[in-house]
Amino acid sequence: MPNYRVKKTDYVDQTNRISFKFDGKTYFGFKGDTLASALLSNGIHLVGRSFKYHRPRGIMTCGSEEPNAICQINPGTDLTEPNVRATEIELYEGLEASSQNCWPNVNFDIGGINNFISPFIPAGFYYKTFMWPKSFWKNIYEPLIRKSAGLGRSPSLPDPDLYDHKHIHCDVLVIGGGISGIIAAKIAAKSGSNTILIDDKNTLGGSTIFQNNENFKINDEISKDWLFKEIEELKKLKNLTIKTRTSVAAYHSYNYLLAKENLTDHLSKNNKTSNIRQRLWKIRSNKVIIASGAIERPLVFNNNDRPGIILASSVNKYLNFYGVICGENNFVFTNNDSAYETALSLFEKGIQIKIIDIRKKTNSKIVKRVEKLGIDIYWNSTVTNTFGYRKLNSIEIMNLSEDGSNVIGKKTKVKCDCLAVSGGWTPMVHMHTQSGGKLNFRESDQVFLPKELVFEHISVGSCNGDFELDDIIKNTNVKVKSLLNLKETEFEKTYVNCTKELDKRNIWLLPNKIALGKTKSFIDFQNDSTAKDIKLALREGFRSIEHVKRYTTTGMATDQGKLSNMHALGIIAETAGVKMGTLGTTTFRPPFTPLTFGAIVGRNVGQFFDITRRTSIHEWHIKNNAKFENVGQWKRPWYYPKENENMHQAVQRESKAARDSAGILDASTLGKIDIQGSDASEFLNRVYTNAWSKLAIGKCRYGLMLNEDGMVYDDGVTTRLGENHFLMTTTTGGAANVLSKLEDYLQTEWPELDVFLTSVTDQYSTASICGPNSKEILMKLFPSVNFNDDDFPHMSFKNSIINNINCRIMRISFTGELSYEINIEAKYGKSLWEKCIDAGKDFNITPYGTETMHLLRAEKGFIIVGQDTDGTMTPIDLQMDWIVSKKKYDFIGKRSLYRSDTIREDRKQLVGLLTEDPKEILEEGAQIVSDISKKPVEMLGHVTSSYFSPNLNKSIALAVVRNGKKMKGQKLIVPMENKNINVIVSDSIFLDKENKRLNA
Amino acid sequence: MFIINCPYCGERDQSEFTAGGEAHIERPKQPTELSDDEWAEFLFMRKNIKGVQFERWNHAHGCRKWFNVVRDTTNDKIHAVYKMGEKPPID
Repeated sequence: MPNYRVKKTDYVDQTNRISFKFDGKTYFGFKGDTLASALLSNGIHLVGRSFKYHRPRGIMTCGSEEPNAICQINPGTDLTEPNVRATEIELYEGLEASSQNCWPNVNFDIGGINNFISPFIPAGFYYKTFMWPKSFWKNIYEPLIRKSAGLGRSPSLPDPDLYDHKHIHCDVLVIGGGISGIIAAKIAAKSGSNTILIDDKNTLGGSTIFQNNENFKINDEISKDWLFKEIEELKKLKNLTIKTRTSVAAYHSYNYLLAKENLTDHLSKNNKTSNIRQRLWKIRSNKVIIASGAIERPLVFNNNDRPGIILASSVNKYLNFYGVICGENNFVFTNNDSAYETALSLFEKGIQIKIIDIRKKTNSKIVKRVEKLGIDIYWNSTVTNTFGYRKLNSIEIMNLSEDGSNVIGKKTKVKCDCLAVSGGWTPMVHMHTQSGGKLNFRESDQVFLPKELVFEHISVGSCNGDFELDDIIKNTNVKVKSLLNLKETEFEKTYVNCTKELDKRNIWLLPNKIALGKTKSFIDFQNDSTAKDIKLALREGFRSIEHVKRYTTTGMATDQGKLSNMHALGIIAETAGVKMGTLGTTTFRPPFTPLTFGAIVGRNVGQFFDITRRTSIHEWHIKNNAKFENVGQWKRPWYYPKENENMHQAVQRESKAARDSAGILDASTLGKIDIQGSDASEFLNRVYTNAWSKLAIGKCRYGLMLNEDGMVYDDGVTTRLGENHFLMTTTTGGAANVLSKLEDYLQTEWPELDVFLTSVTDQYSTASICGPNSKEILMKLFPSVNFNDDDFPHMSFKNSIINNINCRIMRISFTGELSYEINIEAKYGKSLWEKCIDAGKDFNITPYGTETMHLLRAEKGFIIVGQDTDGTMTPIDLQMDWIVSKKKYDFIGKRSLYRSDTIREDRKQLVGLLTEDPKEILEEGAQIVSDISKKPVEMLGHVTSSYFSPNLNKSIALAVVRNGKKMKGQKLIVPMENKNINVIVSDSIFLDKENKRLNA
Repeated sequence: MFIINCPYCGERDQSEFTAGGEAHIERPKQPTELSDDEWAEFLFMRKNIKGVQFERWNHAHGCRKWFNVVRDTTNDKIHAVYKMGEKPPID
């Protein structure tokens, strides 16, 4: 096998040989190689198949813009990683990679048949074809599309690696370590600014660091040598942090940026020095200097996608940075001067090189030099076709007509195995636009450039449209000086001697003798969209660039159109006869290059995914076999199964025990707000629907809170602890929102009120004991307290002491049973609970969870805000008119209760439902109808709560039904997938309407 | 993610704050005397400006204070921050 490594360079250590596997075969490369350069050094170009037509594709670039060479790392393992760009992954011992989107292998791929049926799968093929017949979708189309969709294979096991998030602040952030970034960072750091320089490669210097060319001299030194010294000096600066292998992913407002640092991806398994694979930096910088460079444009011509067709600057880098040639018969195909550097580099190595230039003639310094060396140049010419299935072997050249719209003369077919293409340069304005900046269009070389600035940032170097070495150094110096308010820098007198481009000619879609419909002129290589597809979209009436993009999927692949977007725009503008500047661009969205999910979530995985709140009694619940339910962030006991009980059996047992003897519930999670101040009772008057001024000290009252739109927002019992002191309870899920809503009113609408709110949810634990024997148990616990009904009636409270610890006892009930709640400082919660269990032993005290609590309150017809209400229910809809004060002048939501919409009589209203068959349990959320014969069937409402009541020995349900108040006794239907359940509308209170149990 | 200069605490990251919608909409003192239309005007109608907007913010994970912010909704630039009850420093 011929060796394509022809040169020694500073960046590849040819004494350090590394073995790696590609598609199962072992190859060798060197330390410093990327997977791409190592493959090229072994003569491997074909590395993948294209997405739609499965055409053979080769390495096309040397950076993050690579559309073709995307690989599967560690293929066939459970921790494989898809879509890794071979041009970015650094070679390490034992690296295994494979090509994607091909079967059985990249050389012989069955899917290649798509290439031959391609006339039948144009843009929008999926939208047009899979519309009918409808029945085909589920069993035929969808499985087919799923099989062919997506690139690569996902890993099947959870990611074992660690990922970090770190915040960092600085004065100046420089994005990009090319020549302009290095100059900017040096000026900034030397001026005393705390500076960070970020580059995605492992070596600084960008493309100048391998610019080994007599035509580019800085202070009489070859540019690469000058820059090398600058970098050495830069590394010594104290207030400069250099982060290599780090790519900026997003630029948000107020100079907040995200950058991903690769820590171990370039190391072999045994050499990984850190457990952390990647780190996401969250950077807040006072000023940002964007020096992200430019991406070379390909040219659009027939069959421009064959392996061996590579960007000219990449051919140059593979040679001068990695020491690798991409072919033996090289052609440069260009519309500008920059590709001539590639030609010179190849020529100097004695490798055959010829040039095809679409320009008519130009006489710049570098072109003259090339001509003097005797390198053939085909002026005013274009490539019209290419040949070679798995690797380019020849090309066809024709002359261009005067205006460039056609080809003339005869075809010349020549041998060529590497075509280095250059269609000019596209400044990377991604960061500028992500930050909110706008763009200008420069006609002369058809580029979008940064325009107005929103925050403190500038763009310098080629991302700002400076492509000549002298302009880059001069303008970078001027702009950085002005950003940092400096008078003078060390770069004032830097003397540059370089070649300058004199002529430009740009043709977005190169002409051909063959009709466009019969050519394959690729624009988006990864998504296989061609010039033909773009024109088809325009013929079909698409005009907006955003629509054309989505219809043809141009620019929507993992490379986000870094190579394709400008050509798509150019062809649309040309075809539609509008100026590119007015057409605008598609939106540049973060991330700039794909981020791993690991980097995004960082350490917030597993138990750290969300905060878990546990009550102080949690350990006891675990010991007693509780099953838990998530309520917001709280873990609440759901039910406590005994032996082999299932949930239904456990809940039935718990419910029966609570009504027959005694039950105990951990109610610590209920929101608790301590309210103090001389206007506390007036405040409650304004936030609850009922009256509070007359509530006596030591008494409790249930309150309903509305939103200003009249809809029920929260509920709970509030106790008057003193003249100016109340304790409010809220629903578990609503606690935080209620507090912030009350704060809002206090601070903004009623600042005159003397009221202070403090959240005490976490400060107290609550044990709630209910059942006919609860009083007996309380008497055992608190022998000194008088539990006589006259002295301690329903809805009242007493302070007491247990084991010298203060506690509060409220006689309140959410179950309809005689019931007490004991509040104690949270750290004593578990001890109190254990004392309650102990005291209740003789009465078969039964711990119950949220499911039983829900069942018990449903028997009694008590609502749960958020289950029986959904933000569209007024208290009147809930048939809770009794709690809405008629006398109070105002309270939150009062005015909304008689808006034309809220007084409608046919609103959905809360009712009870009983099934005809008392054993039949309805499904919560099931629809309710009255007539199933008339189509479409009219939906009247839905079931909100449903249980089998062991105490009533029948199924009960709560539901919201249109006009339900007037339907009592009426038959309705709950239609299910395989049957219709007959139900009867009932009262919503199923048990003890007379409150005998409460007051027992 | 912008930075808000809380009038009580100073500059803090946006993640410490919650937004509270348009500012300077006073709750009517006598709601019962308003027609449905007048009440609906207070209850539902918001300007939702593309450009400079006056809005309420709460330092929820800080001092819990509400205050007003003048923000350009097109680029998140904050032109002024002032306490509840104060007059806007700019028009």
